[in-house]
Amino acid sequence: MRKLVWHLIAMAAIVLAGGLLSATLVRLAPGFATDEQQLDSRLNAESVKALRQARTRDRNIPGFYLHYLERSLRGDLGESRTLNRPVRELLAERVPVTARLLASGMLAGWFCAVLLAVGATMVRKPACDLVATLLGGMFLSVPAAVLALLLVFANAPAYLAIALVVFPRVFSYTRNLLAKSYGLPHLLTAYAKGAGPLRILVWHVLPVAGAQLLAVAGISVSIALGAAIPVEALCGVAGIGQLAWQAALGRDLPLLVNLTVLVTVVTLAANWGVELAGQGFRMRAA
Amino acid sequence: MRRVRQLAWLLLALVALASLGAGLWAPADYAMQFREAPNSPASHQHLLGTDELGRDRFSRVLYGTRVSLLMAPAAALLSTLLAALLGGVAGYLGGWSERAIMAATDLFLSMPWLFLLLAVRAMLPLDVSPITSVAVTFLLLGLLGWAASARVLCTGARGLRNSDFVLQARACGLHGPRLLAIHVIPNLKPVLSAQFWIAIPVFIISEANLGILGLGVSEPLPSWGSLLRELEGFTSFGFEACKLVPLVLLVLVVCSFQIILTRDEVYA
Repeated sequence: MRKLVWHLIAMAAIVLAGGLLSATLVRLAPGFATDEQQLDSRLNAESVKALRQARTRDRNIPGFYLHYLERSLRGDLGESRTLNRPVRELLAERVPVTARLLASGMLAGWFCAVLLAVGATMVRKPACDLVATLLGGMFLSVPAAVLALLLVFANAPAYLAIALVVFPRVFSYTRNLLAKSYGLPHLLTAYAKGAGPLRILVWHVLPVAGAQLLAVAGISVSIALGAAIPVEALCGVAGIGQLAWQAALGRDLPLLVNLTVLVTVVTLAANWGVELAGQGFRMRAA
Repeated sequence: MRRVRQLAWLLLALVALASLGAGLWAPADYAMQFREAPNSPASHQHLLGTDELGRDRFSRVLYGTRVSLLMAPAAALLSTLLAALLGGVAGYLGGWSERAIMAATDLFLSMPWLFLLLAVRAMLPLDVSPITSVAVTFLLLGLLGWAASARVLCTGARGLRNSDFVLQARACGLHGPRLLAIHVIPNLKPVLSAQFWIAIPVFIISEANLGILGLGVSEPLPSWGSLLRELEGFTSFGFEACKLVPLVLLVLVVCSFQIILTRDEVYA
């Protein structure tokens, strides 16, 4: 219980520090104090002054951040400057789109990676291993943005780009883990007793590699989230990746801080959940 | 596997040699425009055709390869040095300094790499000279890419802190920076070297991602990222196959790095 509380406190501290860091970076960015709206000749002096005052309020970073935290506790996440809409509304619209994209992409990527890793480990022929390594290495070498562009050219769904980004990483980890597990001495006994390949995989290999595979699942959430930015920006998917891209280009402070906090929470929660599941897995295996 | 690895080294050497001698083999300057021949296909005059502004693609690929292949190792060196400094100090000193540095590492690692990179890059000025954009892009990669390596180095340094030979050196009166320089850092060299080589392909791919999204090296200076932007208007594998050359080159180079870095025991 104490460990759980410490975990929660550490997670909250990292999330808060992440938000503060992004707010500081946006504030320090060149051109932050200027607003193209101020150059609009249709606005009168009072309107320009009001715009300047609104900007001045945001200049005090700790003040802005504390005000933001206080409002967000009440459910008010502020308003996007570039899109002129409440951030809460934007997130409610776009989070499900990204969640669907990531879920489909990760499922497809994991399915292919595990299938190929199991095949490459069970066949145990250098040629098969080399082909699998080259296939994984090839996809590992292609930037996510290029994969997105090629999928646009092929009229393929965007989630395939996420799958192709996740696949090589999961494949290489899984194959190495399975190779190590297949080398354990108790497997020789299982072979000697006549256990079949499927039984050995399900009963003897996966339980040993399971906890570490779960850790890979946590990492793949972070990888997929990172890849979502170029994929959504280039494939025209209206998710939070595209929103982050627009916010970064438009220096949209409220939106960028919220997105940083959201992405940090998702990444930490995924890793934490996986860690807890891994502990449970190890306890059961023991 | 040894042969494949030798082949990878050979390929890397050839690509590096070709890009370093770009001034010798390139038929034109990377910014020179043949206005009468925009989007022309491959010919004797333009081996890989020209882009939409009439610039010789072969020359741009050679110069772009030089930028990416020289600057990625420079960024990797910077990030490895930062990781060595922070991770080494954290692991060696332990206590509060280790906790503070590892908390900062956790903060950097809690954000996906591309998200962090894109957000920070977008906050810096975009309308800068090409040379400045190269410096900004790769400095950013070097300054933000230290966290994972720092964690590895911290673990390594922590192991050394309690080792017998360091204890003996302390007992002999060796302390502080001298102990670090003589006994700790030299023993971390293999880890540092591995982290450096791992970072190079990661930074090459990151620069390419930034370049495609318009946040990398500015025009007219080419890099693999800015050359890959041409794929945005890609319509066919026949007529426009030359546009894929930077991608093929990037994949071959990064694959070569992967092969060189892959451990032998995986194939045993």
